[in-house]
Amino acid sequence: MIPLSNYLVLGAVMFSLSVIGIFLNRKNLVILLMSIELMLLAVNINFIAFSHYLQDMTGQVFVFFVLTVAAAESAIGLAILIVLFRNKHSINVEDVDGLKG
Amino acid sequence: MTFLQAAFYFFSAVMVFAATMVVTMRNPVSSALFLVLAFFSAACVWLTLEAEFLAIVLVLVYVGAVMVLFLFVVMMLDINLARLRAGFTDYLPIGGLVALLMVAELVFILSGDSFSAANLPRPEAHGMDYSNTQQLGAVLYTVYVYPFEIAALVLLVAIIAAIALTLRKRPDTKYQKPAEQVSVRREDRVRLVKMPAERGPAEDRSS
Repeated sequence: MIPLSNYLVLGAVMFSLSVIGIFLNRKNLVILLMSIELMLLAVNINFIAFSHYLQDMTGQVFVFFVLTVAAAESAIGLAILIVLFRNKHSINVEDVDGLKG
Repeated sequence: MTFLQAAFYFFSAVMVFAATMVVTMRNPVSSALFLVLAFFSAACVWLTLEAEFLAIVLVLVYVGAVMVLFLFVVMMLDINLARLRAGFTDYLPIGGLVALLMVAELVFILSGDSFSAANLPRPEAHGMDYSNTQQLGAVLYTVYVYPFEIAALVLLVAIIAAIALTLRKRPDTKYQKPAEQVSVRREDRVRLVKMPAERGPAEDRSS
């Protein structure tokens, strides 16, 4: 049978991939947002694995709320991205320097 | 190897491959499509954990709504890829090293004794009359009803915020503003001018 550590290692690998995604794509706002979604997915895998192995529904309820908040945060983040693109015509992080001294 | 183990390894491999492609692809549309693949594989992994409701919710809500939103936005933006990819290989050694160290540390701790098959055995699979949706609903609407209502409020705020941020008023269309119409005062619209009475045409010819 599959031990719990397999699922936790899978979550850890996904989390590290999203962190390396943030390192490599530091200038591209859209890929940064996608890396955040991957991070949330890794954490959700952890929650559901523990919920199954400890036979407690609390983990799945928490994943339910994490999905809700992640959807809301993606919508608002993309709305901000669209308005930023309308004004700057670029999604490069270096072009967001209006407040630079 | 049982079917469950083979399924788990297959879907995990696809998920890790898709996540790698998300962060390394040149084209943002390809990244978004590989993220869709990663979410589908994650839903299949959750099915091996008997979380059927959340697996379907992941596909319906995350892939069907959030990823479609991502694809809309990515396809609307006219992106200059050359500037965005600058610095990709500069940070690859350090970033790769840090990520590898993170994975090594996490795997070292997670493969220990606490989560092994001996100390935390996998529970028996439920029978055919087990409904994950029913179990989730039984606890969601009773114990966690207050966070449920707050989550609904969070979604409402997200809707209002997203619309308020991106709403554009076109400058050449005319539309009514009922609030201004109702708050108008008589003095702003009507002005009485005192004028002497005009003399009629018969009086003109006689004088």
